Amino acid sequence: MMTAASILQAIAAQVGEEAILSSDLQVAQPYLELAPASLVAVCAFLRDEPSLYFDFLECLSGVDEGPEAARIGVVYHVRSITRGHRIVLKCWAARGDAAPTIPSIAHVWRAADWHEREAFDLLGIHFAGHPDLRRILMPEDWPGHPLRKDYVNPEFYHDFKTAY
Amino acid sequence: MGISDVKSGEPDVVLARLDDLINWARLNSLWPMGFGLACCAIEMMATNASHYDLDRMGVFPRPSPRQSDVMIVSGTVTFKMADRIRRLYEQMAEPRYVISMGSCANCGGPYWEHGYHVLKGVDRVIPVDVYIPGCPPRPEALIGGIMMLQEKIRNQSLGTPNNPEMP
Amino acid sequence: MSAVQHPNAKRTELDYAELLRRSAPSKTNLQDLASEEMVLNMGPQHPSTHGVLRLELVTDGEIVLEVVPHLGYLHRCFEKHAESLPYPQTIPYTDRLDYLASMNNNWAFVMGVEDMMGITGKLPKRVEYIRVLVAELNRIASHLVAIGTFGLDVGAITPFLWCFRDREHILKMLEWASGARMLYNYVWIGGLFYDIPIGFEERCAEFVAYFKPKLAELNGLMTENFIFVERTAGVGVLPLDVAINYGCSGPVLRGSGLKMDLRRLDGYSVYPELDFEVCIGRGEMGKVGDCWDRYKVRVDEVAESLKIIEQCVEKLTKAHPRGDNFDPRAMCPPKARPKAGEYYSRAENPKGELGFYFIADGKRDIPLRCKCRAPSFSNLSVVPEISRGVMISDLIAILGSIDFVLGEVDR
Repeated sequence: MMTAASILQAIAAQVGEEAILSSDLQVAQPYLELAPASLVAVCAFLRDEPSLYFDFLECLSGVDEGPEAARIGVVYHVRSITRGHRIVLKCWAARGDAAPTIPSIAHVWRAADWHEREAFDLLGIHFAGHPDLRRILMPEDWPGHPLRKDYVNPEFYHDFKTAY
Repeated sequence: MGISDVKSGEPDVVLARLDDLINWARLNSLWPMGFGLACCAIEMMATNASHYDLDRMGVFPRPSPRQSDVMIVSGTVTFKMADRIRRLYEQMAEPRYVISMGSCANCGGPYWEHGYHVLKGVDRVIPVDVYIPGCPPRPEALIGGIMMLQEKIRNQSLGTPNNPEMP
Repeated sequence: MSAVQHPNAKRTELDYAELLRRSAPSKTNLQDLASEEMVLNMGPQHPSTHGVLRLELVTDGEIVLEVVPHLGYLHRCFEKHAESLPYPQTIPYTDRLDYLASMNNNWAFVMGVEDMMGITGKLPKRVEYIRVLVAELNRIASHLVAIGTFGLDVGAITPFLWCFRDREHILKMLEWASGARMLYNYVWIGGLFYDIPIGFEERCAEFVAYFKPKLAELNGLMTENFIFVERTAGVGVLPLDVAINYGCSGPVLRGSGLKMDLRRLDGYSVYPELDFEVCIGRGEMGKVGDCWDRYKVRVDEVAESLKIIEQCVEKLTKAHPRGDNFDPRAMCPPKARPKAGEYYSRAENPKGELGFYFIADGKRDIPLRCKCRAPSFSNLSVVPEISRGVMISDLIAILGSIDFVLGEVDR
């Protein structure tokens, strides 16, 4: 079972120092913030490297920090069933974009497939390279992304009044 | 001599109003469409099962809307589901009735304030005959709602057919 | 006496075939199909889809070539509520996620908040044992529904009635403790809503004594029943590496042979002091990871939960009895305002690993983000993978064995 610091060093050694933008190893659940360009390489390395062997993607959450912050992104919780260690990864995109984009890791862990569709549906984060990026929970013709902090409900949908 | 006064084994003639006879037949064999949406569906299943047993009231769930008399909307209706509910309601043959079971189907329930995808009451899409409050309503409450619907059917008449306007 | 119209209701004549096509289009293009293939639509109203799930099947006669699940018909905006309401007010909404196992959902949410506030481990032992007791009772209730409806799906009606009859006893007990039959709002941040009533422990012991022969009867009826085995053994085999990669958890993962139980792995609450086995599928009737294995894991887990309940009852009557100075709300904070930070907490629900990811900003009672990681969401995503080339009735057996609840899937 490796510590977060040694996981960070292993990633830096394999993928490069520039992959990790920041980290906080002192909190209860240490996290690493990754650069979007190296996200896929890092995830593949985490999954395949024998000493790390992160085989289970527990949770993929889209996070919107609000219109004042510049960023919207995804937080990944991965763990290794065989080795027993866990790590949190984060990847941010610019919120001001029309379509904030983060690379998709659906081919690394198939669990990410539907979770990324949900993040796209509810928060409007686009995942580059996702096999089938379409809305999963909301209807296809719903306007907007409901979990954004500045979301405003439409007044009517298909002629139903939405408010109480 | 009404329907209920007939004694078995005694040959006799039964006289009844046609309305009474038809209503008696209809209310004692209400076949609901199995339309469980959410948590209330589990209470509906529990009501159908051994302990509360709706079969003794003639209620037997049918899988298809075309074979059912009543649609028990049990659970939260979302916007994605609302169009389908309307389509299923229109597939039911008349006389058809709707029981709205639970707070979510009555008025949106606990999701009334922040539920952006929740339809605030199924009566916004189909006409409802009986509302059963509760979250979820107890099986006794569901049985009470069915009995209230039976009461309503008992008072209907062929002369003035049950033709509610669609919302 | 006509039906009541809501004053806000209005509906013009819309082309709602077009509306349906726009709001949930089919993923399959008819032009791409070979001449023998057809697109069938299962649901969202269907007796066997366990809720409002729409499956688009591409079939070649009776053989299913591809399954495309369409979700969202029960999306009730849980995360929006969690981000608009203080932590204690969100607990009733967690009830309604996996509505068959409400105590477990409450507990997973509450564990996360307690960890963030630093009061884990400071709760009275009696509170912890009561939490385990009601959670295991609810686990039995949830598995009984799973077993009963699974039998109903493959054509056996009697187990359904037996399971619901026994479940009624559990619901009566939980109603006695919390006030509601199904959606309890009982496990609160820092404690419980109420102490369990006087006589509850004895009633639990009576229930265990009553239920053990009934479980044996159910096993005798279904588990090795020739027809049931024919329908489920060797069907929907889920290889272990596929299960892990798709994020499956709970009986689905254990049915594929992995001894993975968060009650043992994390050892949260008082589970380290309790003695129980982690049940896995061994491929006794067919292959490891088939529908029969997942079913058998659930049946075995019911027996293990009975063991846990017996141990809890003993601890609650002897080591941590009720007393006048016991207040289940003693450690409940007047305001649940965790320090700024993020936390992912997880618990072993009957369906799998239920996780809540909180981002607290430390200034308000309302989380900045609360993501619910539902076990049924990931478990359901594996269905298209394992149902290629099966017959439609096998697909029904697979859906029943995965045991998902749409309240959780759609949240």
